[in-house]
Amino acid sequence: MDFMVFQYPMITVQACLDGLLLGILFALIAYGMALQWGVMNIINIAQGDLVILGGYIAYFMYLYGIHPAWGVIVSPIIMYFIGVGIYKLVINKVVDRDLFISILATFGISILFMQLMNFAFGADVVLANSGYGTTMLFDNNVTLPNSKIFSAVISIVFAIGLVIYMKKSKLGRAIRATAQNSRAAKILGVDTEKVYAATFGINAALCGVAGALISITFTIHPYMGLPYTIRSFMIVIVAGLGNLPGVAMSGMGLGVFEEFADYILGTEFRIGAVFLLLVLILVYRRFKLSRKREYLK
Amino acid sequence: MSKNIFLYSAILIFGLIAPFVFPAFKVQLSILCVLIVLATTWNIQGGEMGYNTFGNILFYGLGMYLCASVQVGMFFPLAEWTESGGEKTFVHTPAQFFQGMAVGLVVAAVVPTIVAGLIGYAILGLRGHYFAICTLGLGVAAGEISGGIEIIGAGQGFTTPPFPEVGGLEARGEFFYFLSFGALILTFVAVRAIYSTRFRLILNAIRDNEDKAEAMGIETMKYKIIGWMVSAFFCGLAGGIMGGLVGYIDSTDVAFDGREMGVFMVLMAILGGKGTLWGPVIGATVFHIFKEGFWTFFLGWQYVALGVLIVVIVIYFPEGIMGWLREKYPEKFGEVIDEKDRKAQVELK
Repeated sequence: MDFMVFQYPMITVQACLDGLLLGILFALIAYGMALQWGVMNIINIAQGDLVILGGYIAYFMYLYGIHPAWGVIVSPIIMYFIGVGIYKLVINKVVDRDLFISILATFGISILFMQLMNFAFGADVVLANSGYGTTMLFDNNVTLPNSKIFSAVISIVFAIGLVIYMKKSKLGRAIRATAQNSRAAKILGVDTEKVYAATFGINAALCGVAGALISITFTIHPYMGLPYTIRSFMIVIVAGLGNLPGVAMSGMGLGVFEEFADYILGTEFRIGAVFLLLVLILVYRRFKLSRKREYLK
Repeated sequence: MSKNIFLYSAILIFGLIAPFVFPAFKVQLSILCVLIVLATTWNIQGGEMGYNTFGNILFYGLGMYLCASVQVGMFFPLAEWTESGGEKTFVHTPAQFFQGMAVGLVVAAVVPTIVAGLIGYAILGLRGHYFAICTLGLGVAAGEISGGIEIIGAGQGFTTPPFPEVGGLEARGEFFYFLSFGALILTFVAVRAIYSTRFRLILNAIRDNEDKAEAMGIETMKYKIIGWMVSAFFCGLAGGIMGGLVGYIDSTDVAFDGREMGVFMVLMAILGGKGTLWGPVIGATVFHIFKEGFWTFFLGWQYVALGVLIVVIVIYFPEGIMGWLREKYPEKFGEVIDEKDRKAQVELK
């Protein structure tokens, strides 16, 4: 235990800033999760692995001498097709089934991806160096890598772009209609099968963007996927489905929580703290809901 | 009934002579027994109660750590033992070993039961996928946290006491085989007894429609917690035995191994057939034979094979072997089928 945080206010500022910038990334991943959950009623355990795969695409561009920031453009395009491929192979068979079936099937995909990435890219922790340098704030007490600012800006741009796309475009409207009532949408001539495939592809593309940004700002490792899934799940249930400002807020809140947990408990308990927080939030939610049920009585 | 007695006694006799007939497979058979225990107890939640949990691994790992800690801690300072790693500075005498194992197994079974009872009220109120993800988080959190605790070996692992030689006789394999076989018999008999009571009907009612069951006056929460406690008891016991069998405990790779054992128990129960007494037993056996037979061909590719296997079983075979048999031979399951009705249905298909 380390209570430096409370003695030196600059560390608090540092943790808050880091957390906010990290949280924006989490919110982007959670947005994809909310999208597929709302439209297809699927919880994708492989979400985090898609993120890591997107990160490896950017890392490979870096290895071949291309600036990894271009990964933000390339990775979502590749990931879109991977996402559609996964949908055609597996997800379309579990869409209408019991939710647990989809959880287990995507868990299988997650294990598969984890190991394939381990073979393809090795089990080392890697990062793509963007060479953006750092900004010093508050008399050099707070260091802020420019890559983090870059990633936050790009995430916001992508999120806003997607929101506009969902509002204005034909496909966006079809997706929203399917989310509201898939049967009615089908009757009105929406090809729901295509909509589902596109939704899963867009989700994978979002993961690709987030992954490319993570490979620039943080590190990636084949086995690091599951925590990202859990984080996005947590953000979505805290915010509620279809509440986008809520997703952004709870994403940033989670980022700040993680940074503080890192400082106070130590890095080895960071992931554990995230998972425990998930359990606590779910339990809190259960008691809140059960109180509501009692009122009804 | 008499047919069943023959079947049971045949299995019992096979189990008793197996380690002497197939001495090379002692360890594999012991692992099989543990896997069957885990699949059977998962089935209480996932099959009978409809609460698909990834979290039974929590009790398994807890039992594993508790059994080893008690076994060491009863006679030697635990912190020094784990600090020394694999160095054998402290040696258990046979009497100490067996005493420690006995007490350790009791603790390993009882403490997870209490833990299940304590957290059950909070967790079992969740429904469906919230429950599944919550238990998944619980298992992973336990692994991450136990990996940070110094006294049980933190990241470097915990070596369980080595089996003592009694009069120059090397009986480690037999000892652990009969221990796990005993646990299997205990579990099977207990679960079979439970399934023949009203308790099973209550669990099935919860699975089919929980709100309606509650409206019928069943205290669903009470029965859910009891069901989970039964699971936790046997999972803890299996974990304690497995810890001694493997001889080395690591937080995320052996004890709270959600990626292997945690998925295996779900997969085995689904493969065999959820919600049946024999399903998990058959599923675990088939799965273990498949795993041991083919794992060597997939050297390095085991997890890829596992991922594909999960997807294939879940998508194409969700009813499991027992479900398939039931579809094919409904008469054997005591279902009376109107032949006309059946033909009409087949024609409809």
